[in-house]
Amino acid sequence: MEAVHAGAHGHDHGHHPTGLMRWITTTNHKDIGTMYLWFSFTMFMVGGAMAMVIRAELFEPGLQIVSPEFFNQMITLHALIMVFGAIMPAFVGFANWMIPLQIGASDMAFARMNNWSFWILPVAGSMLILSLFVPGGAAGTGWTMYPPLSIQMGMGMDFAIFGLHLLGMSSIMGSINIITTILNLRAPGMSLMRMPLFCWTWLITAYLLLAVMPVLAGAITMLLTDRHFGTSFFNAAGGGDPVMFQHIFWFFGHPEVYIIALPAFGVISQVIPAFSRKHIFGYASMVYAIAAIALISFFVWAHHMFTTGIPLTGQLYFMYATMLIAVPTGVKVFNWTATMWKGALSFETPMLFAIGFLFLFTLGGFSGLVCAITAIDIQLQDTYYVVAHFHYVMVAGALFSAYAGAYYWLPKWTGHMYNETLGKLHFWLTLIFFNMTFFVQHFLGLAGMPRRVPDYALQFAEFNKISSIGSFGLGISQLLFLYIVIKTIKGGPKAGDKPWDGAEGLEWTVPSPAPHHTFEDPPVIK
Amino acid sequence: MSQQVSRYFVPEPSHWPIFGSMALFCMASGAALWMNKVHAGPWVFVTGLAILAYMLFGWFGTVIRESEGGRYNKQVDTSFRWSMGWFIFSEVMFFAAFFGALFYTRVLSVPDLASGDNLALLYHGFTDVWPNAGPAFKETFHPMEPWGLPAINTALLLSSGATLTWAHWGLLKDNRKQLIIGLALTVILGALFLTFQVHEYGEAYEHLNLKLTTGVYGSTFFMLTGFHGFHVTLGATMLTVILLRSIAGHFKPDHHFAFEAVAWYWHFVDVVWLLLFVLVYWL
Repeated sequence: MEAVHAGAHGHDHGHHPTGLMRWITTTNHKDIGTMYLWFSFTMFMVGGAMAMVIRAELFEPGLQIVSPEFFNQMITLHALIMVFGAIMPAFVGFANWMIPLQIGASDMAFARMNNWSFWILPVAGSMLILSLFVPGGAAGTGWTMYPPLSIQMGMGMDFAIFGLHLLGMSSIMGSINIITTILNLRAPGMSLMRMPLFCWTWLITAYLLLAVMPVLAGAITMLLTDRHFGTSFFNAAGGGDPVMFQHIFWFFGHPEVYIIALPAFGVISQVIPAFSRKHIFGYASMVYAIAAIALISFFVWAHHMFTTGIPLTGQLYFMYATMLIAVPTGVKVFNWTATMWKGALSFETPMLFAIGFLFLFTLGGFSGLVCAITAIDIQLQDTYYVVAHFHYVMVAGALFSAYAGAYYWLPKWTGHMYNETLGKLHFWLTLIFFNMTFFVQHFLGLAGMPRRVPDYALQFAEFNKISSIGSFGLGISQLLFLYIVIKTIKGGPKAGDKPWDGAEGLEWTVPSPAPHHTFEDPPVIK
Repeated sequence: MSQQVSRYFVPEPSHWPIFGSMALFCMASGAALWMNKVHAGPWVFVTGLAILAYMLFGWFGTVIRESEGGRYNKQVDTSFRWSMGWFIFSEVMFFAAFFGALFYTRVLSVPDLASGDNLALLYHGFTDVWPNAGPAFKETFHPMEPWGLPAINTALLLSSGATLTWAHWGLLKDNRKQLIIGLALTVILGALFLTFQVHEYGEAYEHLNLKLTTGVYGSTFFMLTGFHGFHVTLGATMLTVILLRSIAGHFKPDHHFAFEAVAWYWHFVDVVWLLLFVLVYWL
């Protein structure tokens, strides 16, 4: 991205480092946002490669490519890297770039700490990847790290635990920065209820992160002391309980789902109005829906644990509470649809991804409701149905939304328009291969194929083959995105200040590419 | 502050964060190696700690110079207030995980192990009492009595909260002497608390047979009081810095958020202790 800012140094004061040191020492929210996005994409490639290993092994029944132990390590690292290394940093990257631009702030509230939040990530990512190379290999527990298996793992588990601690620190600092920026640095006249919805989603996401990342830290700290210092938190012989880990983990884990989903909602809430050429339908209800989702997400965690033997009343409570989340989520889906209703729609790549999101995320939400029904979940727990469900949420939800956002703001970041034909090709390939990979997994799960096992019974062979072929296609199609982005950075038609005629917000009042410093004196919103 | 600057302060590029990241890398990987008995582990960890100390001195030094140089306007001050509040919120949630574990073991896991199939098939004669070290723990141990050292420690921490507030009143009246005496007293009370806590741990290990490995009671006891003690150590260190800065003439009656941030933190640690005293020692 060096070229992007080349002309933007004009009014920088004093001596600023150049080359690599510029990126290492930068306190500029746009630089830091850019680094977050590149880091995220790099991790996306690493986690994607691991997914390819998984699908290659599952291409046929039997064990052919990797050992079961290594398969488990791939399962674990794929999830940890995708969740903490790819998706979360992608949306923090959007937040860094866009929140100051959208609220008319000169930068993030704590620019130096912002730099540290980012530069902890490569360290944490290295811890996760290095864990593959220590004796015994990486953790093979799945990303949920349930004891007693996680107590028995080798050194790789400790690398994962400390890597997660660092990721948590980064998230906490990043969240404090985002909350403070939004609460304190809004331009005069930008009341909270006039703020773009993307900022609203991040305000509430940051709150969720501050509430649950420390809880994860507590859980994995207890895991660590159980492993090395003889405590008995998760050991029944000492009066503890392995299920307690699941409670604490999912108290973090369920809000984590919304930590990923809410910023995705935020991006969609920017993109759909822009390409419908209408204001968002039901702005206030959108804000209340975000808050409601965040609040309810704290009280539904045990729906991940229906088969652990929790009491029936508990199962029923968690089933109903979980279904309650469908209400505010439904409000959002209907509002997006109503925004498009009678709009002057056009279907550029961001809009395609947004509509793809709308359909497929809703489908993922529905399969989530299916899983929420206790009686059905007892059949579906730990089957490929669950894998299909959360990939509809994580890939078709979060990833599609990240792509929508990337194409939407790419002109603002680079000053160039991307190639629309290639963008659309990228969308259609992703859409088709995504469904080819994951739709069939619903059937596999309903038929009883367990997740996290490298081998399977013969009757699952066809669907697995289809899924694997789809996943290879999905993986390769993402390289097209890399090509499109690099091509856009290097050149392409010049983008105007506001390349999308229906777009709203302060970010479109500054030139494209956005100068290194914007809104040093805040704009006044009338 | 001499004069109000109008623009929001955005710092120049800084090399401190990358030192912080290097420190964290060494500490995290060093700790992981150390725990797995790799010889290089402790050295890597200590190197990380040294880099962290260097970074903290440098970074906070820069912040202090900027603050005393009048580069932070009212808006920056408000940012600091929001951020410290939210940081303390995240700390609350960290402790909540351990208090949650205490609740779970006392209300769910121990009663479960002492009833139903667990009692009939696995753990004959295991009774649901608290403190409890689990069905497999065959030694005897004594829980920590609340009305000895812990009660004294409660009094110490509560009075340290009072002396800190008294110091703050001094600062607000620009009475430097009251400020410095109040802070010094607070630091001394904090240090006394820590000394007693170390003594209490010694007692537990030598006379009570109460250890980290004493089942779930030992686990929750040492984890909760240990993390609290760690936070007291941090708080006392921060208070010492504030004391030294006060002696050096820093802070004005209308511009002293660093003081207030440390005070907030100290009161937070105080409240955690009260919960600990009631839920861990007493009930």
